[in-house]
Order: sequence, then C-alpha cells, then structure tokens
Amino acid sequence: METTIKFYQTDTFTVGNRLLSEAERSVQAGMQRTNALNSGHRACQGCGEALGARFAVDAAMRAAGNDLIACNATGCLEVFSTPYPESSWQLPWIHSLFGNTAAVATGVAAAQRVKGTKTRVLAQGGDGGTTDIGFGCLSGMFERNDDVLYICYDNEAYMNTGVQRSSATPPAARTATTVPVGQHPNGNVFGKGKSVPLIAMAHEIPYVATASVADLRDLEAKVTKAMSIHGARYIHIHVPCPLGWGADPAHTIKLARLAIESGLFPVFEAEHGEITGHRAIREQVPVEDYLKLQKRFAHLFRNPKQVEVIAQLQAIADRNIRRFKLLEKRGAAV
Amino acid sequence: MLKQIEGSQAIAEAIGLCRPEVICAYPITPQTHIVEGLGQMVDRGEISPCEFINVESEFAALSVAIGASAAGARSYTATASQGLLFMAEAVYNASGLGLPIVMTIGNRAIGAPINIWNDHQDSLSMRDSGWIQLYAETNQEAADLHIQAFRLAEELSVPVMVCVDGFILTHAYERVDIPAQEQVDAYLPPFEPRQLLDPIHPVTIGAMVGPEAFMEVRYLAHYKQMQALGLIPELAEAFQEQFGRDSGGLIKPYRSEDADTIVVALGSVNGTIKDVVDELREAGMSIGSLAICTYRPFPHKAVRNALEHAKRIVVVEKSLALGIGGIVATDVQMAVAGLHKPVHTVVAGLGGRPITRDSLRKLFHRADAGHLERLEFLDLKHDVVHEEIARMEAGRRSGPIAENILHSVGTVASQIR
Repeated sequence: METTIKFYQTDTFTVGNRLLSEAERSVQAGMQRTNALNSGHRACQGCGEALGARFAVDAAMRAAGNDLIACNATGCLEVFSTPYPESSWQLPWIHSLFGNTAAVATGVAAAQRVKGTKTRVLAQGGDGGTTDIGFGCLSGMFERNDDVLYICYDNEAYMNTGVQRSSATPPAARTATTVPVGQHPNGNVFGKGKSVPLIAMAHEIPYVATASVADLRDLEAKVTKAMSIHGARYIHIHVPCPLGWGADPAHTIKLARLAIESGLFPVFEAEHGEITGHRAIREQVPVEDYLKLQKRFAHLFRNPKQVEVIAQLQAIADRNIRRFKLLEKRGAAV
Repeated sequence: MLKQIEGSQAIAEAIGLCRPEVICAYPITPQTHIVEGLGQMVDRGEISPCEFINVESEFAALSVAIGASAAGARSYTATASQGLLFMAEAVYNASGLGLPIVMTIGNRAIGAPINIWNDHQDSLSMRDSGWIQLYAETNQEAADLHIQAFRLAEELSVPVMVCVDGFILTHAYERVDIPAQEQVDAYLPPFEPRQLLDPIHPVTIGAMVGPEAFMEVRYLAHYKQMQALGLIPELAEAFQEQFGRDSGGLIKPYRSEDADTIVVALGSVNGTIKDVVDELREAGMSIGSLAICTYRPFPHKAVRNALEHAKRIVVVEKSLALGIGGIVATDVQMAVAGLHKPVHTVVAGLGGRPITRDSLRKLFHRADAGHLERLEFLDLKHDVVHEEIARMEAGRRSGPIAENILHSVGTVASQIR
C-alpha cells in the first residue's frame, strides 16, 4: 500500500477513505460491496461480531469474485442473521450444527473440487463454536489442509446462551458461570483457556492471523490475503460484545482498540507456522483503561480494588508485547 | 459378474458403481473393510471423480457428507455402534436438512460393556432420526440395497441407512453378483439436488425455525417417510426389471401364507430362521417367517396384512429397549393392534451371541405349544444372572457387573489375575 498518506489521529486505517485513491479504499467504502450480511438482521446495538462479519465476508466476497459459499456455526451470528423466514445472507449459506462447521466446510470444498468449480469456501463461528465444541473438527480441517478460510469471531464467551465462560474468556472476567463469588472470587480463573491462533499455527497451515474490529482496514487486508492463498486458513477476529461485557454499545470500537493497545489482544499474522508480521502498538496503554469500561471486570475496581489481579492481567499484556514484539515498528502487519 | 467375495468388498463395489463423489472415512469395526475398499478404488481411479476424505471422527464424517451433499455432491459414509452414537447430532441434522446421504451401518452392539460384535442396538437407536432404514438379509441384498438407497434418497431428498450385520455379513465370503456399470447407470440417474449451495442462486440452508413453523417442518419430514412406503416397492420392482433379482422392498414373507406361527426379524438372522422354518415345516409344524427389510418408515399395513391370519407372532430381535423390552416388537404390536394376537418378544443375539438353529428350533417348538412368555431372552445364562442378582442384593457395593459376570462365565480374560 502507498504510504504517502498518514493517519495521525489513530495510527490505524480507520479513517480517511476519502483521502485515498479509489483503488486503495476499503471494500466497505466501495459501491461494489456485496452487503453479504445485509441490513435488517437482529444483532444487538454495537455488536462487534456483526461489524466484523460484514467486513470479513464482503472482503472475502470481493476476493472470490462473489463466488463464495459460507458455512456457519450455531451462535449469535447464525441466530441474529437467519430468523425464519428471513435471512440476511446474500451468498449461499449453510448452518448445520454448533460443533461441525469446519467439517461441513470441508465437505462443501470437496464438492467444489469434485465438480471442478472455482467456488471458494468460508466457515465462521464464534469463540464457543471454534475454540470449544467445534475444536475437533477445526483441527481436523487444519490438519488435512482443506481449502477453507475459517473465521472465528471472538467475543470471549457464550453470548448467545447468556454469557457463559468459554475457553476464550479472559482471566478475571465475570460470566454467568464465573461469577465473582465463592469459588471464583475474582471471576474467571487465571491459567486456563487457550489461544487457538497459536494452536492453528502449530498445524503449520499456510495462513493464520488475528484481527480486530478496531482496525477494519487491517481486517479486510487479512481476509483478502487469506483468500489469495489456498489450503486451510484461520483468522481470529476480536469482536467486543456490549451485552456480554457490560459495555456501552458506543464503546465497541474503543474497547477493541484498547484491547490491542494494552497488549491484551495481540494482532499478528503467521504463515506456515512462523509469525510474519504484527500490528505495532504506538504507545502501550494500561490494561486498567480497557478493564474499567466493562462491567465484567467491575469487581476488580470495587473496594478494595483488586490491585494484584489487575497486575496479573497487566503481566499478560506485557508478556504479549514481549512475545509478539508489539512495540517494535518493524514487521507491522499489512 | 459373479464373485466369491467378502461382504464389505461387495458393498464397496456396489457403492463404487453408484459413482459417489465424496466419501468420508473414519474407521470403526466392523465397517472398516468397506471404506478401505472404497479408498483403494478411488486411489486406482475406479471411482472418479471422487474425493475420499480421511476425517478425525464420525461426527466429522457425517458433517463432511452434509456439506458435500448440500453443495450437490453424491455423498457416502459408513459407521457402526459407538460411531453412530458419536455422530447422532449430525444424523438428525442430515435428515432435518433433507440431504440424500447414504450411510452403511455395520451393525454392532453399543457399550458399555464395550463389544465389537453384532446386534441392532446401534441403528435402532436412530430409528426416529428421519433416516430411512433398510436391513439386508444377505450380502447380495446388502450390495443391491445400496444401489436402491441412492436412488431412493435422491428421489425423496431423505438420507438412507443401509444396515448390514457386522461380521455376519460384513466379513462373510459369499457369492455375490456384482452388476455392470451400465446397468447401475441405467437404474440410478445422476444426482440432481433439490436445494443447492450455489453462488449464482444463493440460498440460506439451516435457518432457525421457531414454534410458528417447526411442527409443519416435522410433519413434512414424516410425510416424506410415508411417501417412501410407496416408493420403496416401486424401486425394488424397477430394480428387479433392471437386474433380474428380487432385492429390497418393504417385507419378505416366507412360507407364512397359512402359518399359525410367524417369526418376524430384521437382517441376516432371517437366513437361519428360514432354515429352521423349512425343517419344522417338513416335520409338520405350521410356521413361517417375515423379514422386515424396511424398518423406517415402518410398513404397518404390509406387516399387518402379512400377520393378520397368524395365531401367534414371535419377534426375534437383536435389540433391547431397557425398561420395556423389544423395540421391533413394539412396532409389530402396533401393526397388529386390535387383532388380539399374542406378540412374543424374543431378545436374541445381543453382542454377537450366536443365534443357532438348535436354539431357534427349541424356541419355535415352545411357541407352537403356546408356552412362550411375552418377553424372553434366547440362550440367556440364567444361572449367571441369578448369581449376580444375588450378589447385588447381598451388598450395595457388589462391584462392576460386567466384570463379575465375566468372572462367573470364566472366559480366558477373567483368568488373568
């Protein structure tokens, strides 16, 4: 991408399409965007997943020349987009079960191979459908290197069923099953959970990336890049959930950005198991700035303030910054 | 072409002739030889174009078939026992989505205790899932039923299970007439899906359906099953015209037209039953048998017609609905409801216990004399059971039942201390 335009305010590509040449503008800014996830669906106000899915699927549609089939796990995205007899989807779309989306996508891709079409295949699910119940099928799809782009919209809990903990729920977060009382005095326990992007990398698949709705140009670029590659690809998108996180719907983008800038959600990409780039943080913000805006962490700030717990979360962010070299300019993603 | 061939290989060859486009393979005894055979046929280019996918579980196997079928590919998989249970959620999903997948079940018991041998508990556990269930009596029929199954599935847009007794059929070498490709092509037209994931005509498949329409969707799934009752005999007849063989259909009565006692069963045990019927007929007993080939949809009318003149009905079944008794017998009872005939349930052959001619002969003599109980267990070791019951009654912590019984029976395994 040309680097003559600087986006001083945010150091991201979130503003200024009008400053760019038409060819450089985002997919969403273009008249040709497909609105693959059309308006009129029933997502909550400020839903990060709806935003992420709209950008991701439209970018995938453009990259595939609109020749794309989507498979969807059970979850918020499925429920809010297809209340019978309505559907928001402007592309062929199938929902089978909660835990089998990657396998269904494998089947769709196999059918394209056998039919000799060039139709591409996208699979998508939330963090529950990806990191927990759908994990076996996902790992199988990775291991076989099936020609599927799998996108996980990570809002860090089972939001569709009423905010229960998943293996993507961060430590200390309050969920309906990690209420900060009794066994969980500080919310979700530390030392549990998993990073599916890193596990995906361990499968040595051609492309793994994390992305965020705070940086939609980066998200679009990663989807576009993933679509230029064949084989198993995985993009893990951080999507704040105002309802589940107890946050102001107007803060969705802000929270996603603070997650990145604190180091809690590292944005990076990897090819064949090797990290090839990261999105640099210009100035690290304290995790408190991120936590304070969410009721799921409110118990950390009540009297007495849980200084030690907050320090533990800060240590996680600091470790991410070291591990993914997030303060280093070089290797910035996209 | 006549071949002396293993059942699994015959089934694999029949499936190959049906030109499957996506085959999902996950190993579980006793269906392994079928997918192994298919894999080799794909590798040799004998089935082409075809994607043979080694998946990581049965749940994935059927899920891959779901995706492939929804995208317009003729899809096949096979499983048994625990594998069928592990994919249960996808079993219901495939029929709910109306996807004409064909799946072989190498019938096997369900654990615990783990057991790899034949009975019908696995497929019968899925009897209400919306899949058509066909039961093969011989390996010839097993091969033939698969050819019929693809046509049936695709005409109705309903998935079909072809149930084949594990080991007894899957691993038995028999003479099987494997049809020519042209014959199968003439019988089975290419797959034209009713609904398709197609970027030119995008559709949403698998939307959420609430109380306002769910009942209607389910009713229509039932309606399709009822349609199958009409279509199955038609397809069996068309099969006979094409291949010159009587295979499949709803039911197969044997010497039962004037029989006082009619024995009803699913699958390969009908072979043994017919041998014993012949023997007892020679000895002057009024007995016949009825093989149920199509178990779902259940052919109530056909079964009723076949049984209405009998004085007593003996259902020999390789399954047990714990807490009530027979599974097949319950359906047979419903078929003959109001006719006031005794229907005896004989649970037999669980976990692969041989159902011998000798045992059946004794059973049928007792039936003929009117001495059968409502529910019986063929060749149950009563002494072993009573010993264990006594142990359980003597103390709450009486130990693991399966291990105690192995101890009593004195198998080699139990001697290892």
